[in-house]
Amino acid sequence: MSAVLVVEGLTVDYVTGAEPVRACDDVSFELRRGEILGVAGESGSGKSTLITALTRLQRPPAVTTAGRIEFHGTDLVALGPDDLRKLRWTSLAIVLQSAMDALNPVMRVGAQFVDVLRAHDKTLSRKDAWTRAAELLGMVGISADRVRSYPHELSGGMRQRASIALALACGPELVVMDEPTTAVDVVMQRQILAQVLRLRRELGFAVVFVTHDLSLLLELADRIAIMYGGRIVEIGTAESLYGKPRHPYTRGLRDSFPPLRSPLRKLNGIPGSPPDLRNPPPGCPFHPRCADRFDGCDEQRPELLTIEDHAVACRLYPSGEDQS
Amino acid sequence: MRLAFLARRLGFYLAAAAAAIGLNFLLPRLMPGDPSSAIVEELERVSGQQVPAETLMSIRAIFGNPHANLAQQFADYLRQLSHGDLGVSVVNFPVPVADLVWQALPWTLLLVGTTTITAFAIGTLLGVVAGWKAGSRFDAILTPFTTFLSSVPYFWVALLALWIFGFVLGWTPLSGGYDADLPQGFSFAYAVSVLHHGVLPAATIVFSAFGGWLLGMRNMTVTTVREDYVLLAQAKGLSPKRVMFRYAARNAMLPSFTGFAMALGGVVGGALLTEIVFSYPGIGYLLYESLQKRDYPMMQGVFLLITLAVLLANLVADLAYVLLDPRIRANR
Amino acid sequence: MIMLRSWKVRIGLSILGFFILLAVLGPLIGGDPRANDISSISQPPSAHHLFGTTQFGQDVLAQTIAGARGSMLVGILAAAIGTLIAILVGVPAGYFGGAVDNGLNFLTNLFLVMPVLPLILIVAGYVQGTGPFVIALIIGLFGWSGGARTLRAQSLSLSSRDFVLAMRMVGEPHRRLIFFEILPHLTGWISAMFLHGMIGGVMAEAGLAFLGITDSGSISWGTMIQAAQQQSAVLRGLWWWFVPPGLCIALIGTAATLVNFGVDEVSNPKLRQARRSVIVRTRKVVSA
Repeated sequence: MSAVLVVEGLTVDYVTGAEPVRACDDVSFELRRGEILGVAGESGSGKSTLITALTRLQRPPAVTTAGRIEFHGTDLVALGPDDLRKLRWTSLAIVLQSAMDALNPVMRVGAQFVDVLRAHDKTLSRKDAWTRAAELLGMVGISADRVRSYPHELSGGMRQRASIALALACGPELVVMDEPTTAVDVVMQRQILAQVLRLRRELGFAVVFVTHDLSLLLELADRIAIMYGGRIVEIGTAESLYGKPRHPYTRGLRDSFPPLRSPLRKLNGIPGSPPDLRNPPPGCPFHPRCADRFDGCDEQRPELLTIEDHAVACRLYPSGEDQS
Repeated sequence: MRLAFLARRLGFYLAAAAAAIGLNFLLPRLMPGDPSSAIVEELERVSGQQVPAETLMSIRAIFGNPHANLAQQFADYLRQLSHGDLGVSVVNFPVPVADLVWQALPWTLLLVGTTTITAFAIGTLLGVVAGWKAGSRFDAILTPFTTFLSSVPYFWVALLALWIFGFVLGWTPLSGGYDADLPQGFSFAYAVSVLHHGVLPAATIVFSAFGGWLLGMRNMTVTTVREDYVLLAQAKGLSPKRVMFRYAARNAMLPSFTGFAMALGGVVGGALLTEIVFSYPGIGYLLYESLQKRDYPMMQGVFLLITLAVLLANLVADLAYVLLDPRIRANR
Repeated sequence: MIMLRSWKVRIGLSILGFFILLAVLGPLIGGDPRANDISSISQPPSAHHLFGTTQFGQDVLAQTIAGARGSMLVGILAAAIGTLIAILVGVPAGYFGGAVDNGLNFLTNLFLVMPVLPLILIVAGYVQGTGPFVIALIIGLFGWSGGARTLRAQSLSLSSRDFVLAMRMVGEPHRRLIFFEILPHLTGWISAMFLHGMIGGVMAEAGLAFLGITDSGSISWGTMIQAAQQQSAVLRGLWWWFVPPGLCIALIGTAATLVNFGVDEVSNPKLRQARRSVIVRTRKVVSA
């Protein structure tokens, strides 16, 4: 299968103070057609920065200082604003965390579909665009008469589904989702995830799904990347990451969530708090919180090395061989 | 929900109007002495004859009647108002106050109305651009300059402008609203003279008023631009113009709009200081003149009119706001 | 003080401090503002009279310095009165809610929509003799409503916070709660309000003086401009008479706006990210 998206060495700095703060550091991954890549991490791990960098929506003081984001071979980092605009939504769409904030409060829901549909298809008539908006809402189980509603007149779950339908309006190949289920209750969360899976099957788009909730990704994602301190510390298939997590942080993350479909086991949190990016610890960013650290962890920064079916950045696996 | 909101607001404005009328009724009665007798004496001194019984009654209804209790007086006062009778001007005896007000009103509406709208339009537009490109050179120069400008007392700007353009350069007339030598009416020459007299007062109002709109709009836009819905609009690949106006500016404008509606209400009161500096024949000048000459009936009448106009404008603003912001609820 | 981190706040406060100092020390520095120097009438600025003289031979510099005291006095007094009323009306409305709120909120809204300048004019027209204290009183009495609205909203949200609710349940008296729990949390708002009120007071005094309401005997920037206007200084080209007082008012207003902007930037990260320094630095990194 061909890669839709190839990210190489993506590095993002915040230039607020005298010293730039590195929020995304040398991030690389690939995404194949129709694949769902989960990105998990705590707040401050750089996952939100990754989203705005991937979608080229970052604003000052965030700057992409290095790396490439290749979409079917086109480097988005080098692309000018006009070319980028043509690509947006038809190829690359986004679903934001809170649909309440993401939908324009003073425009009808349907109108927010109509403007993007007509922006990318000049031949589409206003009437047909409204019909299409109603169809798209129907696709996520919202009745057609809701196109005339304002965002605040919909329930939280409806709004979230509407913004997923909105993301699919122009048939994108890649949808970036930023914790789209945090603002809704658990029942609605499962419904939405099931819908995303069904729509992906029908429409074949690929997804980058970013969340702090690893257990959710285990249900949904084909592959999972774990971010810590602005870097990917482990990346692999969902099964191998769950069954055989290698990085101590991944293990800690997995053990701090109750499993969704297996018997309960003892939950363990990770002691300590995420690193201060303004003043990152030397060596491996995780070493101050790591139970398995040994001499040198606070000096050498481990590289992301491939072992078997997945890759990990930890000095426990020095030459890519499995020790656990 | 919207209806309940409107009903509440309507109730408030009715109460406010009642309070304004009550204040207008009470003010002369709270003052030491007997204003109505003073006015009658003044009238007799000015005209050199006895004040007719009808005028006497009208003055007593407005300014207090030593021979009646307060409730009786208030009933008389309301009856008087309901006939549109605001009393008789002392200085311009025997012209009714209402007539003088109606003469001055068009001048004020013309001058202050157009300039209020122009200043709002210019300020808001520039504010959106400055906020959209916050931190750009455009913003970095315009915003501090406007900050200074909006801190300068208006009448001082007007004086300077009058001195430079009216006196030193001689481009504009020094006072008045029209050329007194021309017959009033819809002639071309008259219209030109009105424009010629109006351009400097208008320019000074716009010059010193647009800054306030600009600053407010700029900061609201800066805040709004970082809202998720603007980010999403950009992600949708809409044209920058559409994102700027339909998403950012449309929402950033909501607070400004309330201020604008209030400013429109203030139009009737006139740009008091403008009209005084330029001796412009509007409502503000009328109020100033009546104050200078202690023409109490005129003062009271003009004040009542101004207050009611402001209340009406606020009510209209609330109505319009409901249309602009679908989120409005009764519990605001 | 975290607010002092912003250069805007520092410059604004320095300017305000300078004028307050001028108001306090004025009589020691400036000459007699009322002394008539018959030998120099309507003279432009010179070494002898740095700011020139008025048509009555009075030194404009001495008048400007004396005017600082007159204007600042009215400004501060009006701000104190206005802020006090705003607290007395706004805080109980937000704290008690219910009928108290309905009544006080109606009063606030009433003063909010009333046209203030004409109202002041009318009142001043009836009140004879208007020295600085009466003027300050009138300005304060009619200028508190915006502040009261803010304080009401703030104390409304404070009074529903857990720590206040808990203390209410324990049976703390309302007076104690208001003075020791609510008010200390509002000091930021109240000081901003006072600053705003002071500038408003200075501007309003100037406006009222210009309209001829203030006693012409007292010296303030407003009465200076009014005197200049009365003597047609504008039309006779005596610009040095009315330019200094107007500039002083503008400077004070700018200072207050700077402080407001600076405080906004410190407390609102969205505004902070839009600062020019950030934009320039970002652009440099992108183009490098």
